[in-house]
Amino acid sequence: MQIFRLIGPVAALCASLAAAPLAAETDPVSHFTLDNGMDVVVIEDHSAPVLQHMVWYRAGAADEPVGSTGVAHFLEHLLFKGTDTLAPGEFSATVAANGGQDNAFTSYDYTAYYQRVAADRLELMMRMEADRMRNLRLSEEDIATERDVILEERNQRVENDPRALFNEQMAASQYLNHRYGAPVIGWKHEMEALDRTDALSFYETYYSPNNAILVVAGDVTPDEVRTLAEKYYGVIPSNPDLPERVRSQEPPQTAARRLTFKDPRVAQPYINRSYLAPERDSGDQEKAAALLLLANLLGGGPTGFLADRLQFEDQIAVHSGAYYGGTSLDDATFDLIVVPEDGVSLEEAEAAMDAALAEFMEKGVDAEHLERIKTQARASEIYAGDSLDNLANRYGRALTTGLTVEDVQAWPEVLQAVTPEDIMAVAHEVLRPEASVTGWLMRADPSKQEQEVTQ
Amino acid sequence: MNRAFTWILAAATAVMMAMPALAAVEIEEIETPGGLTAWLVEDHNHPFTVLELRFRGGSSLDAPDKRGAVYLMMGLLEEGAGELDSREHARALERIAASVDYDSSDDEVTITARFLTESRSEAMALLHDAIHDPHFDADSIERVRRQVLSSLSNDLKDPNAIAGRAFSEMAYGDHPYGSPGEGTIESVSALTREDIVAAHEAVFARDRVYIGAVGDITAPELATVVDDLLGDLPDTGAPLPGPADVALEGGVTVVPFATPQSVAYFGHKGIERDDPDFFAAYVLNHILGGGGFESRLMNEVREKRGLTYGVYSYLVPKDLAAMYMGSVASGNDRIAEAIEVIRDEWARMAEDGVTQKELDEAKTYLTGAYPLRFDGNGRIASIMLGMQMQDLPTDYIATRNDKVDAVTLEDVNRVARELLDPDALHFVVVGQPEGLSSTTGSEG
Repeated sequence: MQIFRLIGPVAALCASLAAAPLAAETDPVSHFTLDNGMDVVVIEDHSAPVLQHMVWYRAGAADEPVGSTGVAHFLEHLLFKGTDTLAPGEFSATVAANGGQDNAFTSYDYTAYYQRVAADRLELMMRMEADRMRNLRLSEEDIATERDVILEERNQRVENDPRALFNEQMAASQYLNHRYGAPVIGWKHEMEALDRTDALSFYETYYSPNNAILVVAGDVTPDEVRTLAEKYYGVIPSNPDLPERVRSQEPPQTAARRLTFKDPRVAQPYINRSYLAPERDSGDQEKAAALLLLANLLGGGPTGFLADRLQFEDQIAVHSGAYYGGTSLDDATFDLIVVPEDGVSLEEAEAAMDAALAEFMEKGVDAEHLERIKTQARASEIYAGDSLDNLANRYGRALTTGLTVEDVQAWPEVLQAVTPEDIMAVAHEVLRPEASVTGWLMRADPSKQEQEVTQ
Repeated sequence: MNRAFTWILAAATAVMMAMPALAAVEIEEIETPGGLTAWLVEDHNHPFTVLELRFRGGSSLDAPDKRGAVYLMMGLLEEGAGELDSREHARALERIAASVDYDSSDDEVTITARFLTESRSEAMALLHDAIHDPHFDADSIERVRRQVLSSLSNDLKDPNAIAGRAFSEMAYGDHPYGSPGEGTIESVSALTREDIVAAHEAVFARDRVYIGAVGDITAPELATVVDDLLGDLPDTGAPLPGPADVALEGGVTVVPFATPQSVAYFGHKGIERDDPDFFAAYVLNHILGGGGFESRLMNEVREKRGLTYGVYSYLVPKDLAAMYMGSVASGNDRIAEAIEVIRDEWARMAEDGVTQKELDEAKTYLTGAYPLRFDGNGRIASIMLGMQMQDLPTDYIATRNDKVDAVTLEDVNRVARELLDPDALHFVVVGQPEGLSSTTGSEG
């Protein structure tokens, strides 16, 4: 059973082994580009008369101007307000009145809007989504009320959860110069100052067809999608002033960092170690594939090396894990987490974690373990074909983080081709103390745990 | 960051034409040679199957002073069985890329296995051992016990968990529903191997098992799998507890906890799943606070006033009690206003009911969104097992939208008057709410 549900890594989403497309012989994916530069991906699945319609913008929190953290996410909320032809809320009302569901999400590298509807409602969805790409209308009242909502969202996701506050501090320490160091939802003091001008400025800069990807998955043909997409999205002029995605990059990291975060609401202290790690790059995914396999070897459940040493051989930890989220535009992180047993100090747990890591580096990859993980990766291609949502998200996320359809389709082969030597090489390259942050989440009161670690 | 659950104005958009036919989810009921019943949806598009098993009773089968025994027992099934120890069992599953999830809740335990067609027999052999021959060895018991204790200590400092538990305790008292199925630090610390073995015997029996499979498997193949897997279970397990008395009075209970945002759970008595008015109540709840996007609560509390990121209400028809509940979270300085608005909406709905337009829109949404649920073998299996446990027929999926459409305005508004009682609503608030204190007679 999954007893630890709430402990996750720092910044990025975790890439899972399931990040693999269907086998090539049944490839249902088509890809084309409209004249105005809008990318289109169609994933056919005719097993049920439903589809998912998504528009992804290559604009997320890491594209925000200085001083406006959170504006990408704020704008995402505001896109459900009115346009010239739709009253505030009418977008979602119309989707619901058609028996559909809609929502949106924001991350560092993208903002995405989607609807799940009966297949014959595609045209209506496109008409409305194309409308709000251009014609958003915001009142001052919309701004004030929705700003309160995102502040309550921050309360719920972050301020009320010491683990989330700790994660923010970890990311801020990991990234010396990159926007990934600030939270997607924004720092509270900057969120409070976001206004209509901030939101509209981000909208005018980034919301245009040449900065967007249309993904349609389900009971539809590429020809149907192309005809409708040309009619609704194709008529929107591209934005000639679309800025290049230039972000401040990380300098060489040369100092191991440590932090302690204390909060009286912490019941179970733990350690998070993060390392700056390369991301998946187009045509160059080998390192990322090796890192993903490394994370599974070290911390992929009860068979991982850390669990073996810290939970089974020695009773040091109640939980351990390793995570790598490589689907990002810029540098990602590789994370280790160890939750010590009651009576084991964070200092002892960290020493045991480092000892296990050193032993792994010394012994190298267990070939049989690697083979099991690769088998799971192959099977995940079969299992993944079962969910439209997962397939659609996979392509949207890839295309907003600098990858191509071909990269997504090559990924399973790249994973299978990784050798034990590749994994050890990338482990030596990435698991460097100088590029790491070690964080201790601790109880704030002078509790047993704290006495132990300061003795 | 997810925008989640925006609302919508009841905007005057033209409602489009009727929904298309439902996806063809054809359920076949099979009787095995060994006398067990299983439901099957064959789908040979992908070479794998999801097999889900549920055993009615769940953590409510815990003896009164053994709270958490069923939960701990379920967590131990994958920790060594048959000839394999814990790590060997996990590796064996990895080798064939199969997965088995074990879960325990108030009314049932659930085992969900996902396996490739090519390694079906190996997967079933491992699952057979986990169900019939778990080791419950001392090392594993201690290791998993410490995980549970760690998780329980987290819950003591989590405002959501605190609120949920305080609410259940007030609502259900000494009934198993009144305490967490995971147990308490005291009860879990005291559990012995004998308690775990007893929980195993209490839970797994033929008289309470429900079986469903979706995917790349035929009826004869499934019959063989089921008989091999479950044929030698004992006929009966422990008796199920009786119904819970819902002893909740209207009011407010504040549980002080130093955190910036107060978390509130609220509710009163609900409606049974087999009540003739259940569908009317279901549609009513969608309009009040059930749907993500178009509920009155979301409109009033979030969209008009910006008091919260999310507010919801939901029917909770459990096997042994029925509640009508809701939840909201707002900053400590705003939660009192949020609660006032929720109470007002509860009262307005009880008095005035819904409009014909609201009812029509709710039906369009509910009937149109229903086919969207059947996305994937795992989801279909879960829906199918829910149907079995509610004693619904195999053709329910095809008739469910007709039941929604048959609800009339008179039904909904009569049920609103009968079911909704703003004076009976009890709010449990965890945080440092300004301008709110516990009403007399309640704890906190």
